[in-house]
Amino acid sequence: MSALQTDNVVQIEGLWTVFRSAGREFLIHQDLNLGIPRGQLMSLVGASGSGKTTILRQILGLETPERGRVQVLGKPADKLGERGAASRVGMLFQHGALFSAFNVLDNIAFPLRELRAFPAALIHDVAMVKLQMVGLDASHAYKMPADLSGGMVKRVALARALVMDPPLLLLDEPTAGLDPDSADAFCALLRSLHTELGLTVVMVTHDLDTLFELSTHVAVLADKRVLTVGTPQEVMRDPHPFVQDFFLGERGRRAMALLRTDSAAV
Amino acid sequence: MSHPLPDRRSADRVPKLSIEQGASGSIAVMRGHWCAERLAYPGVYERLDRALQAGRENADLCWDLRGIERLDHTGAQIIWNTWGRAWPHQLQTLPGQRTLIERVARYCVPMPVEPRRSLGQRLLALGEVLMRLTDHLRDFTQMVGQLALDTLRLLRAPREGPWRDVSGNVFRIGTTALPVTALVGCIIGIVMTYLMAQQFRRFGADNLIVDVLGLAVIRELGPMLAAILVAGRSGSAITAQIGVMRVTDELDAMRVMGIAPVYRLVMPRAIAMAIVQPLITVWTIAAALLGGMLTADWLLDVTPYHVLSALPLAVKVSNLFLALGKSVVFGTLIALVGCHFGLRVQPDTESLGRGTTASVVASITAVLLADALFAVLFKGVGL
Repeated sequence: MSALQTDNVVQIEGLWTVFRSAGREFLIHQDLNLGIPRGQLMSLVGASGSGKTTILRQILGLETPERGRVQVLGKPADKLGERGAASRVGMLFQHGALFSAFNVLDNIAFPLRELRAFPAALIHDVAMVKLQMVGLDASHAYKMPADLSGGMVKRVALARALVMDPPLLLLDEPTAGLDPDSADAFCALLRSLHTELGLTVVMVTHDLDTLFELSTHVAVLADKRVLTVGTPQEVMRDPHPFVQDFFLGERGRRAMALLRTDSAAV
Repeated sequence: MSHPLPDRRSADRVPKLSIEQGASGSIAVMRGHWCAERLAYPGVYERLDRALQAGRENADLCWDLRGIERLDHTGAQIIWNTWGRAWPHQLQTLPGQRTLIERVARYCVPMPVEPRRSLGQRLLALGEVLMRLTDHLRDFTQMVGQLALDTLRLLRAPREGPWRDVSGNVFRIGTTALPVTALVGCIIGIVMTYLMAQQFRRFGADNLIVDVLGLAVIRELGPMLAAILVAGRSGSAITAQIGVMRVTDELDAMRVMGIAPVYRLVMPRAIAMAIVQPLITVWTIAAALLGGMLTADWLLDVTPYHVLSALPLAVKVSNLFLALGKSVVFGTLIALVGCHFGLRVQPDTESLGRGTTASVVASITAVLLADALFAVLFKGVGL
């Protein structure tokens, strides 16, 4: 099984996650294994509360699992937050998480500037390139986050996540809260960046359009573990009721027209 | 994983530039990891920048990038800038490196000019400060006016008032403030008595301590201390609460449902403060007198019995009523100022912080000004 190869960008082994609230315990993951090879765009799908976002947070080292091992780029995930973390992993938060006190340019330049190694002119150049790579015009550089539309916030957040060219990019609901046009445009952007920059991407999404349009691979979380991993076509053949309901319901059939045809090639 | 010669490997990754002599002239050979993380190692960029200086001066240099193991946009930007943002005549790259530099070249634009303010605009900004002040005054007046109308509404139908909110705020603002006000009051009482005791002992006027301490604490210090503590504690909390509601659109949600924010948010807090503030004042006065009494017993041999029996004669009871009246005003002021700044918060983090700070400063200033006014107006009462 490919999930056990060691050259995976993300390697999760024997993961147990327990949520505690008001004295009660909820077991979210039980002995979960998942490996994400280089270059894939892996979507995590599952019912609400199946711990998709939690896995992202564990990959980022923001949460420590009860038991088990999460390795990112060959290192334990909790070592990720050290200096230069932005050059290893980029994260696009659901609501962008832009620093509201900084303008667009300073937001993008922030991780680079914090290294305190480069002259301001160079940092500006790099940030401006990233700003335009995500499809924004240079004239937006001095706007404040409060003045941006939802789609622009996501683009700026993506530019910030990518400013140090991390090989791994995590996306939490990348198209949530965007109108269909912006969502389509953002999907196209993510897709071109994925192939152009050779990124490994882990994505959590509820939106089937986004899922089919972007994913090269899908991992289905159900019954506290990874039910099945594979290309969208492979995953859909799984007879598990959740999979059948999720993909082959009304919404699924509509969205399937978008299925990424080159997914088998990656 | 094993560690095969970590030093050598990490030395290999250092981004390097060396000028070598080839058949057709000088060749700039680049090696190592030209990525942001590696370039940010201490001293690496400075060393590289000096080496690249040669490249900037020599336009005929042949560039060989094939030795670069890893290149990212930061590295590509450095190289592109070294070339003076134009392709060199002689260049050898791997295909991937070329596309990367091409992308940097495509998106490399002169910095857009940051909008700078002219002298005239700065002058206008000065006027804006004044306008903002009048803006504040207008908003504040509007809120007070609305509050007055809402109070009328409450008086007409007192059963439908937001009493649960009032009682919740009484607890949050009042009950939870008791320990800190007691502590501060007690310490002030001790310190004041201790300092005055040194003086009074010299004149043998030990018994005067009751008059001085009693008058100072009951008439001025008690109400002021309580008000300043509550302003710092609850005034800021009120601003932050309402400010966060603004940030998360909760205020708009209330308006959409036809619920007036002033009626549901400002009025309960103002009423709670008006109820609680005199009570906290009495509590603070009691704590200060207790501290003073114990210190007087210890330093001056003025017994607590003497203090308690002399106090009603030394300090007229009208002073206490004055303190209570002042406290009602202080409490209402703190609540109103807190709510006012909370309602003006803009939906960003900086504005929230600024609003909270401004709220505390403004409410303490308002309390001090009101106190001065009281001192002038009631100079004939109780002295």
